[in-house]
Amino acid sequence: MIRRRLLQAIPVIILATFFVFGLLKLVPGDIAVTLAGDNATDARIAEIRAMYGLDQPFLVQYGGWLLKAVQGDLSKSLLSGEAVLTSIARCLPNTMLIVVLALLLAMAIGIPLGILAASRPGGWIDGFVMSVASLGVAIPNFWLAMLLVAWLSLSMGWFPATGSVPFTENPWESLRHAILPAVALASGGVAEVARQLRSSLVEVLASQQVRTLHAKGVSPASILWKHGLKNVSVNLLTVISLLANRILAATVVVEAVFAIPGMGGLIVNAAIQRDFPVVQGVVFVMVLIVVSINLLTDVLYSVLDPRIS
Amino acid sequence: MMADITLSTVPARPRRLGGFARWLRTDRRGAISLFFLLALVAVAIAAPLLAPYSPTEQNIDAALAPMSAQHWLGADDLGRDTLSRLLYGARASLYASVLAVVIAIAIGVPVGLIAGYAGGWTDEIISRVIDSLLSFPAIVLAIAVTGALGIGLTNGMISVGIVFSPMLARLVRARTLVVRNDLYVDAARCFGLPTWQILWRHVLPNTIQPVIVQVTLLLAAALLAEASLSFLGLGIQPPEPSWGAMLARAYQNMEIAPEQMYPPGLIIMFTALAFNTLGESLRTALDPTMKRL
Repeated sequence: MIRRRLLQAIPVIILATFFVFGLLKLVPGDIAVTLAGDNATDARIAEIRAMYGLDQPFLVQYGGWLLKAVQGDLSKSLLSGEAVLTSIARCLPNTMLIVVLALLLAMAIGIPLGILAASRPGGWIDGFVMSVASLGVAIPNFWLAMLLVAWLSLSMGWFPATGSVPFTENPWESLRHAILPAVALASGGVAEVARQLRSSLVEVLASQQVRTLHAKGVSPASILWKHGLKNVSVNLLTVISLLANRILAATVVVEAVFAIPGMGGLIVNAAIQRDFPVVQGVVFVMVLIVVSINLLTDVLYSVLDPRIS
Repeated sequence: MMADITLSTVPARPRRLGGFARWLRTDRRGAISLFFLLALVAVAIAAPLLAPYSPTEQNIDAALAPMSAQHWLGADDLGRDTLSRLLYGARASLYASVLAVVIAIAIGVPVGLIAGYAGGWTDEIISRVIDSLLSFPAIVLAIAVTGALGIGLTNGMISVGIVFSPMLARLVRARTLVVRNDLYVDAARCFGLPTWQILWRHVLPNTIQPVIVQVTLLLAAALLAEASLSFLGLGIQPPEPSWGAMLARAYQNMEIAPEQMYPPGLIIMFTALAFNTLGESLRTALDPTMKRL
């Protein structure tokens, strides 16, 4: 089963690499001239042309790029000359720290809220949780990030306003830097988790099976915790995996607010300066992460629900 | 003429206006959202009449002015009136959202129809492409496409539209798979209607309901994407105002004038909320099997 999933992921990854490389073809005009920027020497233009093999047919260019990419060679930055993989290796840990922290926060707050709302559907807690959930989805992450910086960093001085510290260097400082970005990222997630958990839990609790359990005299608490949650765990997994992907995307913007040297800063600067190898490298790595998350989710499905195989 | 044949198997449509009036009365949240959005469109159109100042005119004397009778919502660091920029920004932000969603529809709906109706290898290939495009984090792909096409609001929103299109394609494909085996589609095929007419007149109208809901929700996502891209400097270029660009400006002056970040942020939030609420209302209204839990 796991092997079949892995095999299914391969065409997706190959197609994705095709699109990543194909991005280059969206550059208007002579690609080498555009990428070389203003005041570029002819030698520089020729260098870029050779790097991408631009004088060769498209499929040959793509093949060459892919062959290097699978060997871990994502080419070099047009601006700094640094290997793209090196830049990514430096930035990725900062991004992953806040992504993972945000995901944990979203679950730690969203799941209890969802259960609370579902245990008394239509009650005031339910109404409150659902209203907050609607707001949480609509609020722009990066604006929430700005609010948090203004209120908790600049006014109160509780958290550092910018930057990040590697977790391996100083775990405590690292978390202190990561907590506000994570909270900003988690806001939509808390809402999403609470809302989805609530609606699937309400459905399960209204089912015939649960009515039978009530009739048998099983305590409501046991019904909720043992039978209810077991039945919604697959739905919950779907929500969390979608959320992981969404947080990974949203972090790009939130990092900008906190000036965190992560994947977001890397790709935004590269896009503005048309540093194309870096853009392609970051997109490629992000896609690999998303595909891995989806694979992991599929595997967990079969663990949680033996009927899926 | 083939095209003149009308098929009576298409289910009768409910009375439109009566249903709409009843919906307005029963679904108050949906109605409020709709009116809020209509008002916003009106404000965007009438911005030149309503705005007290030019949105791009600089006035150093008013730099970072607090709220006052002259500047109801204060002014930014170049002394540009915040209210005026907010009103004109509505134009850019709404234009951007609509542009992205129109592009998503223009790509996604036909592709979904073709994949679902053709089936077989066509469907297999298109579905793989959709799967693989959906594994790109949306805003990251939009940033990359904008970087390639060149920075600017229109390019940015074309990118967002491209990124959103597989979501619609998947939705339409799934509905088409169901509809293509319905009796009226068979009948149309038997009458010898050309495929494009079958798709246009018989399949499309029956896949459109979930698309309408999704489009409303995508408008909210596009609005947030515009704000994000402009905030990052990849969207609208100075001095033109958009809500995202205003937030970027406010961010730079956060330590001196934090109040500047409230007006654009709040209006983005309420607009996105209105689109989402309207989408949820439409879902309930259009799908009689879904009860409000």
